[in-house]
Amino acid sequence: MVKITKEDIKHVAGLSRLEFSEDELEKFTEQMGDIINMADQLAEVDTKDVPETVQVVDRDTVFREDKPEHWETREELMENVPEKADGYIKVPVIIDKDDNA
Amino acid sequence: MNFKSTIGLEVHFELKTKSKIFSPSPVSYGAPVNTETNVIDWAMPGVLPKLNKDVYRLGIMVALATHSHILPTTHFDRKNYFYPDNPKAYQITQFFQPLARDGYIEVEVRGKKKRIGIHEMHIEEDAGKNTHGTNGYSYVDLNRQGVPLLEVVSEPDMEDPEEAYAYLTKLRQIVQFTGASDVKMEEGSMRVDTNISIRPAGQKELGNKVEMKNLNSFDHVRRSLAYEEQRQQQVLLSGGRVQVSTRRFDDATGKTVLERVKEGDADYRYFPEPDIAPDHISQEWIDEIEASLPESPFARRKRYVEEYGIKEYDADVILQTKESSDFYDATVAAGADPKLAANWLNTQVNGYLNEEQVEIQDIKLTPENLAQIIKMIKDGTISSKIAKKVFKESIENGTDPKKYVEDKGMVQLSDLSVLEPMVKKVVDANPQSVEDFKNGKDRAIGFLVGQIMKETRGKANPKVVNELLNKELQSR
Repeated sequence: MVKITKEDIKHVAGLSRLEFSEDELEKFTEQMGDIINMADQLAEVDTKDVPETVQVVDRDTVFREDKPEHWETREELMENVPEKADGYIKVPVIIDKDDNA
Repeated sequence: MNFKSTIGLEVHFELKTKSKIFSPSPVSYGAPVNTETNVIDWAMPGVLPKLNKDVYRLGIMVALATHSHILPTTHFDRKNYFYPDNPKAYQITQFFQPLARDGYIEVEVRGKKKRIGIHEMHIEEDAGKNTHGTNGYSYVDLNRQGVPLLEVVSEPDMEDPEEAYAYLTKLRQIVQFTGASDVKMEEGSMRVDTNISIRPAGQKELGNKVEMKNLNSFDHVRRSLAYEEQRQQQVLLSGGRVQVSTRRFDDATGKTVLERVKEGDADYRYFPEPDIAPDHISQEWIDEIEASLPESPFARRKRYVEEYGIKEYDADVILQTKESSDFYDATVAAGADPKLAANWLNTQVNGYLNEEQVEIQDIKLTPENLAQIIKMIKDGTISSKIAKKVFKESIENGTDPKKYVEDKGMVQLSDLSVLEPMVKKVVDANPQSVEDFKNGKDRAIGFLVGQIMKETRGKANPKVVNELLNKELQSR
């Protein structure tokens, strides 16, 4: 059984750029622990000789042709953007991108 | 103490599709900000991404051209990260089962051939573009969000910056000639990250790795690696430890600058992408794509040098881009002499491209028209001097050369019944030149040729005139 600690919650919160209060941390640690442990019940199923799967929906090799289409306009898409400037989405500056390509 | 370098490269290519990888938004370089996006690119709730077939097709082309093994079954995965350049908060990529593995390309450095391994290549989506303002804000353009990328990851097989440079040059050429990508570093359709570590000669275990991202040019790649080799040596020699870190190259100083020290691996929490079905790539489809692969740059070079008898240097100039090589092949196919065609392409056409700062695919001269000009020179219809005029007209206005020559009466004058009397007349009128010729002054003949050219307004065939003059002068 996996033990979820407060540190785990802090780590995941940091990755998601979220900050929690001490109370919230306590609460989420307990809730997250319950969720993980519930999911862990799946491990009790005997999966010997069952091939590994990455998909449970019965679909395979679904392609579309390379045909460009214009759907929504910029104005429609940006209706919910809180701050915009000259067609750009304006966001607080974050230079320090994690290590992603 | 001697040190050994270990270098690996990660190269991203934008694949040349008309629409994005998971949505039908159009892809065109330089479109107005945020105009080539839709609800899928914005990751609105309830949307379902659907894979563009051509992304696989182009990726498979590159895999085939680099002797890579294409995996029969692949699937996509989510790479989770939070950054405003991607509204989904994850990138869809291939982490567990990439498109292809275990390829190689062959390079030649200092006269020595070497195989550089390709560890794997995978398909993924590009992120949007952030512009950082000085006012505490960043500005996001999502046009690039969802543009298909092919990331080619080399084995750490390169041992010095020259090998890295040679690998990049070769890889770019190979990819370009498949037609899968524009491979323009200045437009971001090719991007390079490097990894370098050094270790004392004889030590087995690799040293700590330094990564450099988003290098602007091949030259920056070479210079930054050379700088890092030196810097890391100094660190080790002074008893220090190389920090596992990301650094960036500063063009102005030629130095690399520390950006970030890495503490442990980044935590991307990869998991299989539930929105995209797994893909089975059939051997039939691979065979079909293989049959459609354009001729490789190596096969073209061989043909140019061995069949056409073109100098290796000239062949390499033609092969600098696929467009120029295609133009050349079309010119030869339209009946032009291969050597003359190479000459005209590399001097006149390239001269024009450099002067006008345009690309060969954007000019008005067609391979057929260039072939016509060359054929007219070859069969003596026009002189090479006139040919330059016709060329200028054709490349600037797209004029049909044959028609132009006929309309303007530029056909070269080779008719002996016209030229012979003219030669006699000119020689008669210039006794001093006859005298000079007899005294062995060769330039006398040049003067007389000039007189005839003046008379015929440049149309006389210089070869014929020279022969006639020689005969006439010797008979006196």
